[in-house]
Amino acid sequence: MDLSFSAEELAFRDEVRAFIETNVPADTRRKVLEGLEVSAGDTLRWQQTLYKQGWGGPNWPKEFGGTGWDPVKQYIFEEESAAAGTPRLLPFGLKMVGPVLMRFGSIAQQKRFLPRILSGEHWWAQGYSEPGAGSDLASLKTRAERKGEHYVVNGQKTWITLAQHANWIFCLVRTDPAVKKQAGISFLLIDMKSPGVTVRPIRLLDGSREVNEVWFEDVEVPVENLVGDENGGWTYAKFLLGHERTNIAGVGGSKRELARLKRIASEERKDGKPLLADPGFAARVAQVEVELMALEITNLRVLAAEAERRAPGPEASLLKIKGTEIQQAISELMMHAIGPRALALRPGALAATYLNLRKTSIYGGSNEIQKNIIAQTILGL
Amino acid sequence: MRFTPTPEQQQLGDMVQRFLGEQYGFEARRKILDSREGWSREVWSKLAELGLLSLQLPEEQGGMAPAVVETLLTASATGKAMLLEPWVSSAIIGTVLIRELGSARQREEMLPAMAAGERIAVPAHFEPRARYDLRFVASSARRSGGSWTVKGVKSVVLHAPAADVLLVSARTSGAPEEPAGVSLLAVAREGPGVSLSPYRTLDGMCAADVELADAPGTLIGAEGAAFAGLATAFDQGLAVRCAEAVGALQAILDATVEYTKTRQQFGLPIARFQALQHRMADMLIHVEQARSMSYLAAMRAAEPPGRERRRALAAAKVVVGEACRFVGQQAVQLHGGMGVTDEIAVSHLFRRLTALEMALGDTAHHLEQFVAASAEVEGT
Repeated sequence: MDLSFSAEELAFRDEVRAFIETNVPADTRRKVLEGLEVSAGDTLRWQQTLYKQGWGGPNWPKEFGGTGWDPVKQYIFEEESAAAGTPRLLPFGLKMVGPVLMRFGSIAQQKRFLPRILSGEHWWAQGYSEPGAGSDLASLKTRAERKGEHYVVNGQKTWITLAQHANWIFCLVRTDPAVKKQAGISFLLIDMKSPGVTVRPIRLLDGSREVNEVWFEDVEVPVENLVGDENGGWTYAKFLLGHERTNIAGVGGSKRELARLKRIASEERKDGKPLLADPGFAARVAQVEVELMALEITNLRVLAAEAERRAPGPEASLLKIKGTEIQQAISELMMHAIGPRALALRPGALAATYLNLRKTSIYGGSNEIQKNIIAQTILGL
Repeated sequence: MRFTPTPEQQQLGDMVQRFLGEQYGFEARRKILDSREGWSREVWSKLAELGLLSLQLPEEQGGMAPAVVETLLTASATGKAMLLEPWVSSAIIGTVLIRELGSARQREEMLPAMAAGERIAVPAHFEPRARYDLRFVASSARRSGGSWTVKGVKSVVLHAPAADVLLVSARTSGAPEEPAGVSLLAVAREGPGVSLSPYRTLDGMCAADVELADAPGTLIGAEGAAFAGLATAFDQGLAVRCAEAVGALQAILDATVEYTKTRQQFGLPIARFQALQHRMADMLIHVEQARSMSYLAAMRAAEPPGRERRRALAAAKVVVGEACRFVGQQAVQLHGGMGVTDEIAVSHLFRRLTALEMALGDTAHHLEQFVAASAEVEGT
């Protein structure tokens, strides 16, 4: 048993670290580290920088233009990126539709779409949730009817992250309303510029505009944009969720934020001493820190199992639950650390982060859904 | 990075599991528990035969220290089996104390006999009202002529009634909370000036409060320099307790899952109710987080002393301790009335987990230790 990285992995880590150090613009980094909004331009620029380096697809195999890194290297890359404060790479192309196309897409679809994900030319959005279909995703109602060489799509998708910047959206649509709900779903790729697509922003509790409603009104989608088989979409959707959950624990980001929490708490004062020296506050910080230490090892255990090609899968639910609980706890402590100043809701305010992060235990399969998955697939209840 | 044992290590782990599974089942253990001694010499000899008492012996004495993975796998099995014998007291902590502090002659004299199961030596360190403070030693040792005597009181000395030798910490200089000036002495349990008030702990282990009234002892190692060795031995003990806890945690979770699948109410197995499913999911998360930290503890315990080791072991005990409390309590709750009877394993595992949460420092204590060690590491 050995909890440390190999010499090769350590050399790789140094290479990644050095590359990030010289290639992330200082102002972008400052935004990430101070919790300010990172613009679409910042995100795209970083994707393009990585693309030029040959690292545009950190989690992709070589045959599709990716790096071919194993799960441990992917993990190191993500951890180093998070720790250094790079913009987050968009998961919608790289971790969601990309892997689906590699596995289930036609060769024409792979050739058309995959390179454009890597180069940043296509910004994808994920069209899954609907007003009536959240945790119970399979009950979705957006309808696609085949008319000649097109599907005609009507319906409404919601909680579409960053759809305001997207030029493509992948959607789960109902192609057969007569069968069992999971059996009548298809996976469609839709050009956001198609006539009949409307994007309406949803203002969130922290004042940000992160998510949108997307409406489809008689939108014509060429049949060639169907992925895999008609009515086979549920299988692809589940496959996608498995990939979406890789690196869901967010250990690197939480380590960065924990360090920030300690910085803040050592600057704030209580009874003439740094707040971090207060036994009560120190204990609350320590509580989160030990859980994060444990999560890091749990995460490595899951990775090692994946690397050895033993069952990947339901353990990701555990990582998601614990990872998001820790993210939320750190942000809550940061807000408490600055006392009444936390009430001022300015850009980059700690309170804004606290409010914003409530989403993490809701999205990507709410933590309650993750517990259902643990109960059913790990515990066999 | 590697989380799977080598085939040889796995073989040893399987062998321990098999032995305890076959010969230390619930009923067999209950017989031992209900016996006057509360532990079995026969089982002890068998553990010696299987080589499980020599894991922490240095190579010169025919052992395999540090045997990180072997110790971890064995502890996980003894935890699951709720072993009553003094494996941790003598084969881990006692052995490490003599290994770390004893002279070459003392090691040669004591360690092979301990590994063979012929002699049991357990630490007698913690004192009344000092709680978990490792530094607190008020007992004192005095030299007159060429021999030493010890005076003081030690509380909850695990397996003292089973021991041939008590490894007593005693002050030869300095104030009670100072690390310097602590010495270690081997005192014959049946020798003059030693009196035991024996009892069982809440999880059924034999233990005693020990009063030493000028009891003759042999100095182990150098005078006044025992603290580092004590810290190493108790850190190794902590790591083993963490691994034992993970074995017991997995066992109590498995028992709970099994019980809720068979217990029917309202016409269906209670495992079908979501409130219970989510509780068991929470239990599993605690168990997995504890398992991760038991690995970290095992690795670090074998490293040289220092703040990093202290910090990692304290962190491990916090995560494991919380798992012990939460998973133990919820397992009893989910077993309903059956959970509070003495008749099934769950209440025994619950008591074991309760004791493990407190073993060598409870969660609150180690959270403080973690804060202190972190402050030194980070220089704040």
